[in-house]
Amino acid sequence: MDDGVNIAARVGSRKNITLWLGAVLVGVPLLAGLVSFVWTPYALSDMVGGRLETPGWAHWAGTDRLGRDILTQLMVGARVALVVGCGAVAIGAAIGVMCGILAAFATRFADDALAAFFDILIAFPTLLIAMLVVATRQEASLGTAILALGIGLAPIVGRITRILTKQVLGQDYIVAARVCGTSWPAIVLWHIVPNILPFLGVNLALQFGLAVMAEASLSYLGLGAPPPNASWGQMLQEAQGTVYSAPWGAVLPGLALFALVIGVNLLADGLRDRVSSQRGEA
Amino acid sequence: MDEILRVRDLRLATVDKVLVEGLSFTLSRGERFGLIGESGSGKSLTSLAITGLLPDAIRASGQITLAGEEVVGAPERRLVGLRGNAVATVFQEPLTALDPLMPLGRQIAQPVRRRLLRQGLPATRPDITREVHTLMDQVRLPDPDRLMRAYPHQVSGGQRQRVAIAMALACQPKLLIADEPTTALDVTTQAEIVTLLRSLVTDLGISLLFISHDLAVVGQVAERVMVMRDGHMIEAGPADTVLTRPRDSYTQSLVAAAARFDAALEGDA
Amino acid sequence: MSLISVENVGFAYGTGRAVLEDISFQVPRGANVGLVGESGSGKSTLLRLLLGLETPQKGRILFDGAPLAARDKRFMRGYRTRVQAVFQDPYSSLNPAHRIQRIVTEPLRSLKVAGDHHKMAQAALEAVGLGPDILQRYPRQFSGGQRQRIAIARAIVARPELVLADEAVSALDLSTRVRVVDLFQSISQQMTMIFVSHDMGVVAALCDHMVVLDRGRIVEAGETRAILRNPQHAYTQSLLASIPRMPVPAQI
Repeated sequence: MDDGVNIAARVGSRKNITLWLGAVLVGVPLLAGLVSFVWTPYALSDMVGGRLETPGWAHWAGTDRLGRDILTQLMVGARVALVVGCGAVAIGAAIGVMCGILAAFATRFADDALAAFFDILIAFPTLLIAMLVVATRQEASLGTAILALGIGLAPIVGRITRILTKQVLGQDYIVAARVCGTSWPAIVLWHIVPNILPFLGVNLALQFGLAVMAEASLSYLGLGAPPPNASWGQMLQEAQGTVYSAPWGAVLPGLALFALVIGVNLLADGLRDRVSSQRGEA
Repeated sequence: MDEILRVRDLRLATVDKVLVEGLSFTLSRGERFGLIGESGSGKSLTSLAITGLLPDAIRASGQITLAGEEVVGAPERRLVGLRGNAVATVFQEPLTALDPLMPLGRQIAQPVRRRLLRQGLPATRPDITREVHTLMDQVRLPDPDRLMRAYPHQVSGGQRQRVAIAMALACQPKLLIADEPTTALDVTTQAEIVTLLRSLVTDLGISLLFISHDLAVVGQVAERVMVMRDGHMIEAGPADTVLTRPRDSYTQSLVAAAARFDAALEGDA
Repeated sequence: MSLISVENVGFAYGTGRAVLEDISFQVPRGANVGLVGESGSGKSTLLRLLLGLETPQKGRILFDGAPLAARDKRFMRGYRTRVQAVFQDPYSSLNPAHRIQRIVTEPLRSLKVAGDHHKMAQAALEAVGLGPDILQRYPRQFSGGQRQRIAIARAIVARPELVLADEAVSALDLSTRVRVVDLFQSISQQMTMIFVSHDMGVVAALCDHMVVLDRGRIVEAGETRAILRNPQHAYTQSLLASIPRMPVPAQI
């Protein structure tokens, strides 16, 4: 049909709410994490109050079973979640994007092999891969957790990169670039990367949510960042025994985790809509 | 003369943009009517409006009377009936209009079966097969026994378009809409489809709404034409008059452009 | 000497059926040659061979007397500065992420052409009837006809000797098509052109010579006027007879 009508653009205002809500849900922990570098209500591991104090003026979010301030832990936990999320996504993207682009360019056989390899790796839960990586190290540390999650995410990023790259490779501007004498590395840098980035970026945001969740799970299992690094997963695990007597100790880190993951997803959704409505005119 | 389609003061618009405005025309039984327009003229939207298939975001106002029934504002239930027996459409790209995983015979059989049931006629397998054979014969598809078992990708573009036409005819429509039906085809195939459409109109006594950007093709198919631009009617009249002595300057420019390539073909460039 | 000389070229994708067989023709310097054929004629594959994107399995292609060596990087760099192309779909042949400035100057940057690239891009845009004010804009802000003009500007910016056009006006509306054909006509005064198309009318309007392809073989080649007046091969005859013509005004 020849009558191009951009209907998607018309539902824009509703999409903006998604974007803003996502931005707020991500913005609050981001801010809390940043503030925690310079200021927290109390020192992280000091027993500054009574055991299991209910939230009040002295301790806004209450204290845990050792008398440590929960708000302080939540703020440091936000920092950890963001560092882990960003770090894991960065490692996953570095490995995944490179392998994905290589796969898209590889010969038929190598491409099939790489695609199958990605699929097999994806079939393993990210968490399982991460646990294997952690197990090869002597002790658990934040760095190990980030590395492990990054490696776990790499095949997912790789597979998407491969598909996106193949789509771009089929466009006439790639042939046009070859005819212009542009070399393959330059084509990757100037034509492929800018055109897969908007879509890949949205996906990486989703992976960020995944990584934060996985880190919480690792910590919960005792494979994450060791104390005194308060992570939300670790807080959940420590509050396990007192869930009925002092529910805030488990509910608050759980809510924080939930809000951050939902927020990242909403943000990614909103960004994707914005990208596709911009591309829609193209 | 029998009137099969009447469009009066049709207006199509989204919340912030008018796409078609003030469009009026009629189509009689057995008539071949050509709708000419370039991209963005609103010609395809008009055909969607006639079949009641407009996207949700586009609102129609005015009147479209198809075989005595009002289309604008009609509930979907009524439109389904109308699409089943008053109007059928053939689109530009037969490869996407056909189900890639279904043999061609079965694709034609489906609308045949629906019509037989609707008309209260027996719809046993032999009945349907006989009807499918008749239809394939009507659209001049050779070797029906082999083609019935073939899949869309196994036959040529021209044959696919013939299958799409057979499917459209299967419900015995009073009006056949052909939206750029030859644009994706080679010229030799295009000539065959044009001949086929003309003879179908004569043999079956149906009406044809032929939509195209190609003036020469419309000239070969239609008796009466209407030129559209930016959602408005520019000029309408008998094909021979509009295409040889256009009054409007836009139509004149289109005719001059088409004539120039014709002249080049005569070696006069 | 011919600028392009195709000698007994044969080609097949992988181990498949031959797409082109025994293709031979010459393109004299300064000529406009049309390669005409319907779907499956092999015309697009022939164009890919001429662009050095594929290598013929049989025969060879000579450019200015030297064999086209698609795998020889040094040769190809020289070849790219002398041969450029325009593609069919103006919506997919321009990178949506780049500004017009970047798109038009791509051959200059990639081939390390000396000179003021900005000035050269302006000159190329002027030659296709577009103002220098569009250099900072993106492809999505332009219509199909304007995009095709931008693609043509990119093809001529490095002042090539030969421009190959692949169905370069087929996707355009009739009124736009006429203007872009005019543009090609004026450009073809300064360089050699090979125009691949299924549209005999466009080729007739643009090219002084034509080569008619059918199922991977040349069925007829020669001066456009002669072929149109007196087609020799049955395929050319049926092709010409199938083209719909405008009704002729009744003589009074």
